[in-house]
Amino acid sequence: MLLEVRDITKGYDSGGEHVQVFAGVSLSVNAGEAVALTGESGSGKSTLLHLCAGLERPDAGQVALDGQTLGDMGDGARARLRRARIGLVFQQFNLIPSLPVAANLRFQAQLAGRENVTWTDTLAARLGLVPLLGRYPEQLSGGQQQRVAIGRALAGRPGLILADEPTGNLDEATGDAVMDLLLGLVGETGAGLLMVTHSARLAARLDRRLHLSGGGLC
Amino acid sequence: MVRATLAALMAHWWRHPLQLVSLAVGLALATALWSGVQAINGQARDSYDRAAQLLGQNRFARIEAADGQRFGQARYIALRRAGWQVSPVLEGTWRDGDRRLRILGVDPVTAPPGAVPQTVTGGAGLRPFITPPGLAFAAPETAAALEPATGLPELRATAGLLPGVLVMDIGIAQNLLSAPGAVSRLIVAPEQPMGRPPLAEIAPDLVQRAPQARADISRLTDSFHLNLTAFGLLSFAVGLFIVHSAVGLAFEQRRTMFRTLRAIGVPLAVLTALLAVEMLMLALFAGLAGVALGYGIAAALLPDVAATLRGLYGAAVPGTLNLSPGWWLGGLAVALVGATAASAQSLWRVWRMPLLAPAQPRAWARASARSMVAQTGIAAGLALAAVALAMWGQSLVAGFALLGAMLLAAALALPGVLSALLGMAERAARGPLALWFWADTRQQLPGLSLALMALLLALAANVGVGTMVASFRLTFTGWLDQRLASELYVTAENEAQAARLREWLAPRSNAVLPIWSIEGSLAGAPGAVFGVADHATYRDNWPMLRMQPGGWDRVARGEAALINEQLMRQAGLVPGDMLRLPGGHTLPVAGVYSDYGNPRGEAMIGVDLLTTLYPQVPRLRHAIRADPAQAVALARSLVEEFGLPPDNVTDQARIKALSLGIFEQTFTVTAALNVLTMGVAGFAMLMSLLTLSTMRLPQLAPVWALGLTRARLARLELVRAVMLAALTMLLALPVGLLLAWALLAVVNVAAFGWRLPMHLFPADWARLTALALLAGGTAAAWPAWRLARTAPADLLKVFAHER
Ligand SMILES: Nc1ncnc2c1ncn2[C@@H]1O[C@H](COP(=O)(O)OP(=O)(O)OP(=O)(O)O)[C@@H](O)[C@H]1O
Ligand SMILES: [Mg+2]
Repeated sequence: MLLEVRDITKGYDSGGEHVQVFAGVSLSVNAGEAVALTGESGSGKSTLLHLCAGLERPDAGQVALDGQTLGDMGDGARARLRRARIGLVFQQFNLIPSLPVAANLRFQAQLAGRENVTWTDTLAARLGLVPLLGRYPEQLSGGQQQRVAIGRALAGRPGLILADEPTGNLDEATGDAVMDLLLGLVGETGAGLLMVTHSARLAARLDRRLHLSGGGLC
Repeated sequence: MVRATLAALMAHWWRHPLQLVSLAVGLALATALWSGVQAINGQARDSYDRAAQLLGQNRFARIEAADGQRFGQARYIALRRAGWQVSPVLEGTWRDGDRRLRILGVDPVTAPPGAVPQTVTGGAGLRPFITPPGLAFAAPETAAALEPATGLPELRATAGLLPGVLVMDIGIAQNLLSAPGAVSRLIVAPEQPMGRPPLAEIAPDLVQRAPQARADISRLTDSFHLNLTAFGLLSFAVGLFIVHSAVGLAFEQRRTMFRTLRAIGVPLAVLTALLAVEMLMLALFAGLAGVALGYGIAAALLPDVAATLRGLYGAAVPGTLNLSPGWWLGGLAVALVGATAASAQSLWRVWRMPLLAPAQPRAWARASARSMVAQTGIAAGLALAAVALAMWGQSLVAGFALLGAMLLAAALALPGVLSALLGMAERAARGPLALWFWADTRQQLPGLSLALMALLLALAANVGVGTMVASFRLTFTGWLDQRLASELYVTAENEAQAARLREWLAPRSNAVLPIWSIEGSLAGAPGAVFGVADHATYRDNWPMLRMQPGGWDRVARGEAALINEQLMRQAGLVPGDMLRLPGGHTLPVAGVYSDYGNPRGEAMIGVDLLTTLYPQVPRLRHAIRADPAQAVALARSLVEEFGLPPDNVTDQARIKALSLGIFEQTFTVTAALNVLTMGVAGFAMLMSLLTLSTMRLPQLAPVWALGLTRARLARLELVRAVMLAALTMLLALPVGLLLAWALLAVVNVAAFGWRLPMHLFPADWARLTALALLAGGTAAAWPAWRLARTAPADLLKVFAHER
């Protein structure tokens, strides 16, 4: 089992009252499996993804990656795990503003010490980023930024890809091309993919579909 | 609409009180630094003016005994009868326990206008003043300290008098000082009747001295004040940069809000006007607080400053501060002008900002890259102007313009230089983290550059003024060692006693060297000519700047003269030129010696030639070479044998200890001001870092998400601040040394006519570097700590929210 989420609960204190986002959620993703996560806005999809990445801690329950329980790890260990094993694509503002596109693309892979120049070049070409490599993030459109983020997530050949509406800013054709790339990689490397999407069409292309609603999965 | 907009602007401060506090504190500190230094400066200057005014000491010619002693008032009466317009003065010290007061007895009836303070001569006061028991006038602080008085006339407090001085009628003073019928000197009125008999005919034992012949106290103290004025200039610059930085950041923080406000239809004019009013109000309140704080600083430092000046020059500075409206307003003006200038620039940016400009910091950074190029251009222009001023400038104004141009050029060039250095580091960087670190530092530069400029100025001031003061001390003490080579100095009370002294001393010492001099005009200005004995004491120790071969031999033979540096510069004389002595004798100049602290020109000739040319020269003062171990005992037996007043015998060790003590005090003040400036600059950096830290989350969040812990990021932030402080120090060092050079070689020469050699103190630099790193580290510590403790949820918001 690549990713295993067991009975997790998460809520926020805002303005003095406690808001429960979801409770008792469990899911699992196997290596080589692509899972879609859908749900209406505000249902907690992004929150769930952040918990899977170990960016936040659940109020209750466990998240395990490669059989290791994230809850038992310190900050440093979780950072190391994120660096080496996880490819992250956020809803927006993924990139490091002070670095040009080329450096952004390589950043995580280099950090983890697993950069492969040919692979990065291939990614840049397949995502249509070659003419943009010298630019800075704020000189890109939202869709272009999103493609750089996807390239960065894939550059280190992670074991688990967590993507939050990676194609939300893309037109249908580009979205499909990006999806091809993501799914191709999952097939090639045996990575797992957990992807948030609003599009039923895209969700249908994945192996499995989970729906978050009313504080639980169904 | 105005109300809604105002509410929105205020709501920002309400949500971010720390930003408001740091803006206000920044403004207040800048004002405090400036007004504190000004207050000290103004207060001390005020005191010298009073000192100089007192009895018009320097404005009137005087008549006194050739030996400087008191004389009988019969001489005065004879002169009055012959038509001379003169007025008697009796001066003396009155002791009561351990209290010492200077007594000035004056005659209000005959004193020329302006010679005696107005309050003393004014109207109804005259009768009780001259009739026993009389009245004594004193500065308020002196009068307050004296009550209840014993044996003194009734005291009257009056402003405008020097502390520690009592002014009374001369008749009363003669009684008090037990000197019936004695007069110390006569003040000569500027208007004298024609055809009166010459002085030598009526009173041959008296001599007339030209005004200004006494060392003018204010000219001497100016050299210390120059120090403080330079500091004032620097603190002003540091203050302006801090105000600028504080205001600039206040705008930066609210940039997105401005954009939103404009997007929903608030006219630009309304927004701009409201922001201007807001800044003015803030500057007013913070400025007032700053002036009060500056007063506190000045009051805390003033006892030291007063002690320094009293020790250095014998000028009494009252140990309390007066609040003068001048520096209240000056302090407020710094806050207002600084805030206005800074807001104008920021408002202009708001004005020019496209409505939908990306709120991303990189865009902002690129916009400021353009202004950085312009800034560097201005810096280059100023640097050229400074070079021109250094080469051709002569006056004091040119000296200060040089200081200003140099400092401003350095400050303006700083961001450009730092950016270039960081760019080089970025290109050389290996590994993604290093690359990011340098790139990110460079991007932060616009937000930090003003605080760094303030730090640069503070550091440069520290190096510059520190080098100047330390050079001054080293040179001065070295010079004292040379000038005070003899173990004892003794002044006889009259010629007969002097002759007996020489006889008595001959078997008891190694040598008795005359220190005889006459006053007179040298190169058209008041000066003095000293006679020098042919002795190894001079040959080995005298601080010569230039000397022709065989110079001492020619001086001893009466064939040449030595001049001090002041005379060399005033008269443009160099060795080989002819010098005209008072009375017309001319001699070639054989050498030039340094003579720090002396405002007038002096020459030295062989003592035999002196007595030949000026047979009437007083032969009272002598230097005694003796076994240093025996000096104190010899001094004591001199006092006992001849009944000399203790003040007439000084031993060299005591003078040196005194001088060193004085310099320690100067150091205390300078060090206190230095630490203060550094502290304020450090605070400016903290403020900028705190403000930037909230805007930095979007830059840091992706790096964190990709696998760096918050603790590591925080450490990097700390390293970044320390590294920037180190780079700034690296640049500040040459600037500070240039500053010291300008102070020593340009400003000092223009102001006082002598040049101080510059000494370098690398140990001080190391200490200062440590202090700079500490300031950078301390300033970054809190923001870094906050970053390490930022909740992940706050970092994650970056990926979900519009910023
Ligand atoms: N830091 C926070 N503080 C308080 N509430 C939060 C915080 N982060 C998220 N929430 C709340 O938690 C709930 C889930 O948010 P989340 O971002 O996971 O939704 P989502 O399903 O990703 O929505 P969308 O499809 O719009 O992206 C929302 O109601 C949101 O308001
Ligand atoms: Mg979401």
